Amino acid sequence: MLIEARNISLDVPDMGHQVLIGQRRKLRILNNVSISLKKGETVGLVGESGSGKTSLGRSLLRLYEPSEGQLLFEGQDITHAGPAQLKPLRRRMQMIFQDPQSSLNPRHTIGNILATALKLNGMDAGETSIAAILDRVGLPSSAIRRYPHQLSGGQRQRVGIARAVALKPDFVVADEIVSGLDVSTQAQVLDLLRGLRDEMGLALAFISHDLSVVRYLCERVVIMKGGEIVEEGQTAEVFARPRTDFTRTLIASIPLPEVTPGWLDETPLERARP
Amino acid sequence: MSPVIDIKNLSARTAVSPILRDVSLSVNAGEVMALVGESGAGKSTIAKAVLGILPAGIKVTGGNIFFEGTDLLALAPAKLRELLGVRIALIPQDPLTSLNPARRIGDQLTDGLRLRAGLSRKAAFDRALSLLNDVHIREPERVLQRYPHELSGGMRQRVLIAQAFSLNPHVIIADEPTTALDVTVQKQVLRLIRDMQREHRTTLLFVTHDLGVVAQICDRMTVLYGGKVLEQGATAEILQNPQSPYTRALLAASPRYDQPEQSLKPVPEALIAELRREIGM
Repeated sequence: MLIEARNISLDVPDMGHQVLIGQRRKLRILNNVSISLKKGETVGLVGESGSGKTSLGRSLLRLYEPSEGQLLFEGQDITHAGPAQLKPLRRRMQMIFQDPQSSLNPRHTIGNILATALKLNGMDAGETSIAAILDRVGLPSSAIRRYPHQLSGGQRQRVGIARAVALKPDFVVADEIVSGLDVSTQAQVLDLLRGLRDEMGLALAFISHDLSVVRYLCERVVIMKGGEIVEEGQTAEVFARPRTDFTRTLIASIPLPEVTPGWLDETPLERARP
Repeated sequence: MSPVIDIKNLSARTAVSPILRDVSLSVNAGEVMALVGESGAGKSTIAKAVLGILPAGIKVTGGNIFFEGTDLLALAPAKLRELLGVRIALIPQDPLTSLNPARRIGDQLTDGLRLRAGLSRKAAFDRALSLLNDVHIREPERVLQRYPHELSGGMRQRVLIAQAFSLNPHVIIADEPTTALDVTVQKQVLRLIRDMQREHRTTLLFVTHDLGVVAQICDRMTVLYGGKVLEQGATAEILQNPQSPYTRALLAASPRYDQPEQSLKPVPEALIAELRREIGM
């Protein structure tokens, strides 16, 4: 296993609960989650807002320190590893962010953004190698001198992907990376990600609320709710035979682009709680 | 039957380029019309033009927007203000930025009822209570006392739906009203909009980029690219048998969980180049 989480839980201080003295109450945002990824494998982390999918993704990168359980990278326990132990691993575990607008420094050129990531990890940051990376993600070499605001949304997301894969990682967490894009751009970005995964043998944790995209890209899927895994399995199997009502409801809630009489009336109309 | 909204040859431009090109579309009473397209297609610009809230940089250069026979573009501002919000209402995309964070839901929901419909404070609150009931919110008395940040995204969107319907408008413009919501909540909110629209026989102009949403709630659809109408007609017919190559390409680019073996095809660059040439972009 490349990355393995064993029964991890994550607690954060409950900011909604004021205390005068002593410790804040804890809020458990991940509860007893186990998941593992092999080299070259793609797992979709699916759930609604607040389900814990992003927290799980960040925990897998050890951006958060689990409160309980164990996190292993190539068998090495990094659950409570310090900065020195993590430093050599950081290059190998990368993240692609949802919103490239806010995750790319607006004052730096694309060339600068990529060069910084490469230099920090002791890699060749020369213009030719940067041009080669840009070319691989489908951007012209002229992008080196551009600033993020001069690119389209799809192009900016390509820069986010370039920054992650330039470091030749083994494991990448992609957090809702196509959710702000038009369908055509989404298709291009998914195609790019798929190609890079196959070419580099990346293990990929693909966080998404969109089950159709997950069905397309991921061989395995993990369905989350309230910080727990409610269902997991081969994507084709989960879609064909969902085992929980929650998964069935999620699938049944996706509108298909063909007129489906009665689809809107299928489930009882719930009253929203205040 | 005469259309409720009849847009004729509408053109608009920014300082640098045209953004609506000769757009014509009409919507009959009680009908749901989708405006579909990718970013930059002009769908939101059309919605804003009908609502009279075009940004300062955008100028209408030609055409008419008839609402029940009156040209909104030729109407004096005072007359226009009598219609907007009362006869023509909006369900906005982002429920967080569309509600005032510093005011209670009840105060915001009763503004229109008191200032536009002339209800007393007491009558307006009674009406607001029944509106929240209509949009299926539990314990509406408590929700009236809450601030926007205390509600979930789905709840906030329900409040805005209640607000849009509060003055019994003839037309509602829904601008991507479910884009920010989780799919399960999206389905409930779509159903709610559809139910309220049917009950009040409201004409609905529904702006969206999601062909799945169009299929499930819209009677007719208008496909736009670069500010130009490419295709228009009954939703079922267009989705089954799209005439425009662009509509076909959009469908081929949309992932479907029921057709996983189908590879996703981005809209071909050659098609985009051809469209841009035809349109004159």
